[in-house]
Amino acid sequence: MTTNLQTSTKTNTDVVFRTENVNIYYGDFKAVRDVNIEVPRHAITAFIGPSGCGKSTVLRCFNRLNDLIKSFHLDGKILYHGQDLYASDIDAVEVRRQIGMVFQQPNPFPKTIYDNIAFGPRLLGYKGDMDELVENSLRGAAMWDDVKDKLKALGTDLSGGQQQRLCIARAIAVQPEVLLMDEPCAALDPISTLKIEDLMQELKEKYTLVIVTHNMQQASRASDFTAFFNVQANEKGQRTGYIEEHDRTEVIFQSPKQKATQEYVSGRFG
Amino acid sequence: MAPAVERNTGMSYERTQTSRVVDNGFKWLTWLFGVGIGVTLLAIALQVAIDAWPAIQKFGIFDFITVARWNPVEDIYGAWTQIYGTLITSFIALLIAVPIGVGVAIILSEDFLPERLRQPLVFMVELLAAIPSVVYGLWGMFVLAPLLQGPMTWLHQNFGWIPLFSTPPTGRGIYIASLVLAIMILPIISSISRDSLASVNPALRQAAYGLGATRWETLIQVIIPTAISGIIGGVMLALGRAMGETMAVTMLIGNSPRPSPSLFAQGSTISALLANQFAEASGLQVAALMYAALILFVLTLIVNVLAEYIVKKVEIKKL
Amino acid sequence: MTSPESSPALSKGRSLTRTVSSKTIFSNVMTGLVVTCAILALIPLVALLYYVITKGIVRISPQLFTQLPPPPFPRDHPQFNSGGFGNAVVGTFMTVGIASLISIPFGILASIYLSEFARDTKLANAINFLTNVLSGVPSIVMGVFAYGLIVVKTRSYSAVAAGVAIAVLMLPTIVRTSTEALESVPNNLRQASVGLGASSYQTVLRVILPAAIPAIITGIILAIARAAGETAPVLFTALFNNFWNWDPWRPTATLAVLVYNYAITPFANWQELAWAAALVLVTMVLVANILARWIVRRR
Repeated sequence: MTTNLQTSTKTNTDVVFRTENVNIYYGDFKAVRDVNIEVPRHAITAFIGPSGCGKSTVLRCFNRLNDLIKSFHLDGKILYHGQDLYASDIDAVEVRRQIGMVFQQPNPFPKTIYDNIAFGPRLLGYKGDMDELVENSLRGAAMWDDVKDKLKALGTDLSGGQQQRLCIARAIAVQPEVLLMDEPCAALDPISTLKIEDLMQELKEKYTLVIVTHNMQQASRASDFTAFFNVQANEKGQRTGYIEEHDRTEVIFQSPKQKATQEYVSGRFG
Repeated sequence: MAPAVERNTGMSYERTQTSRVVDNGFKWLTWLFGVGIGVTLLAIALQVAIDAWPAIQKFGIFDFITVARWNPVEDIYGAWTQIYGTLITSFIALLIAVPIGVGVAIILSEDFLPERLRQPLVFMVELLAAIPSVVYGLWGMFVLAPLLQGPMTWLHQNFGWIPLFSTPPTGRGIYIASLVLAIMILPIISSISRDSLASVNPALRQAAYGLGATRWETLIQVIIPTAISGIIGGVMLALGRAMGETMAVTMLIGNSPRPSPSLFAQGSTISALLANQFAEASGLQVAALMYAALILFVLTLIVNVLAEYIVKKVEIKKL
Repeated sequence: MTSPESSPALSKGRSLTRTVSSKTIFSNVMTGLVVTCAILALIPLVALLYYVITKGIVRISPQLFTQLPPPPFPRDHPQFNSGGFGNAVVGTFMTVGIASLISIPFGILASIYLSEFARDTKLANAINFLTNVLSGVPSIVMGVFAYGLIVVKTRSYSAVAAGVAIAVLMLPTIVRTSTEALESVPNNLRQASVGLGASSYQTVLRVILPAAIPAIITGIILAIARAAGETAPVLFTALFNNFWNWDPWRPTATLAVLVYNYAITPFANWQELAWAAALVLVTMVLVANILARWIVRRR
């Protein structure tokens, strides 16, 4: 773990995302407020916190997946290498091609394993050797040996853990710079979960990872940085999320500065 | 158990007995009617088959289907003109209605339009299905046919060398019957396609968007392929409906006894034949008409059972 | 791990800004296409309603519903606007009434069996399947069936024969909507009733059926509206009648057949009556659909 931390500190200067005073709304309802956070390159940043604290909401802003919700809007800036993702001339589809996403529920297409992986590259008009790209992506998700003989099988016929790895392979096939993972292990059994965590350590050599997790042990095991989201209700009972504390994972879990963080990571609330 | 008489009325025991009989009787009654649906279907098939028997014996199967001659004067019957007309009008109607119907289904299942526009659109498409066939026929005869006369004549004059347009168009013919059929089956296609598009797991849409697919890439590569069997089932149901549709077709097709490759030529369908001749038929002609009805029944039965099978499979998959 | 580095970079270095690419054009063209589809689908409806209303409204008056059809008159004849189709209105009520008397009890009892006593059994699945098949049988075949079953045996066209044909036509709609309505009654109602010691017929008649009745009525309204406009099964079962007829065993005029019979004649005053009858039928369908929506929404 310490070696991981050293590498990440080394590349710490290289910031992928920086948010500036981001507030997120659904209609009139303020869901998350005052998000100021930096996501460093080639490291795993974990978002933890109680339910309803907006950690998934913030994650989905990083590749503009919230655009699908009609009432959603935000102010402040989300900078990706200094470029504001929500500027008016930015194409959301283009953003999603460079910033991949893995969802809570594995969601392979009802197509073959091969076609699942090839889906993204084909969208991007990939002209190279597709077989090779599929193999590399599956290797990247550490599942090549399991499925190399059944690439023509349906992706939906795999087990839950394998489906999720297929989704990861599908996401990395387009070689994104960033991989967002929204509770990627929530629907998986403990063994599959550990395999995915193991995979994440490999992935961070090449990609920047941001994961949302409910599982604090997972955050402490797998991540380099942790942002703890908390939630506050106003007088009308509306619950607005905010970042209580953001630091290196060992700091968050061993010597947090905020009392709320201390209580949350030691399991006293949430 | 202590005798109920102790409770001084003596009724409790008696009522249980009646109640039990009534209860069982009720169950049996509902069973009878439940099974009655199947019996009805069987009765239709048997009644038509038995009444058609003299004609089946006389003309056999192959001759009746392949010979294009319907001659009540000499009592010789072959239904090829009508079978051909049934198939060709239904086919052309599908050709027109499938793309438009699926297009409408996409509009209704996606959020191109705000909800307050989409609801009326759904209602209007439903209404299209509810208007009586005979009213479509009336409208086709007096409004659509005069309207189409000009453009169709132009087609014939400039492209008459194509067999499809080789005869001069009149107010009635295969083209206009097919067009009105297309309007009539459109709601079936669009409502069933819409249901199957809407039932595609939203996670797949998210996955595709997450990979940077545009809305249309998602629709064409993920949503439609996933919903395709439901759409095909809907198209099959529409085909069954088109083949059996009677009034509008009878009023518009012209009821000619000869098959022609031209869309502008007048033709006939099995249902139009029945509608035209049944009331005045007698003897062997009735049997021949029953025979034609039996063929129509079997044709639609095959199509509907297939459709049912496909749609069922989709529903099971959804669970 | 073998890295995919050897393959050409796909997305790196691409600009994030919006550009007019062939993909944007494709998307816009496709969106335009489906919008066109919706417009194309609505044109016939609007055109049809427009013509039925404008051409039909000319003849709408009370006499339409009280008088008999006139003989054919030329347009300049003083009696051109005389007459009505009162007999066809009566005949429509008679045939649809007979059909309802048969199909409503039949359909509801069958759906009680399907949803209350046999749900998810093999037999129920088979019956559901047959119901769907029955709804796909062409309406003209129902007419042929009733012709063979009744017209031939009684040696007369009659409202009863037409009623039977229409009843078979209405049956699948009623069974399907009623079964759906009964099945959507929450299970705790059933348990509450059974728990109080009610027998199954008491539970069904006093608890389940009342709870499902609005939805069942909706289905029946739609089925009746549809039945009133059905022509094919009536054409050679009820035939037609130019005079008043109150005897269900004799040939009877109906609005739907009147539209057909008068539309294909060359006489202008009959054609006008056909449009008026079409307007009456379309109005019924419209009212039934709106009523059904209203009942569903009110629940």
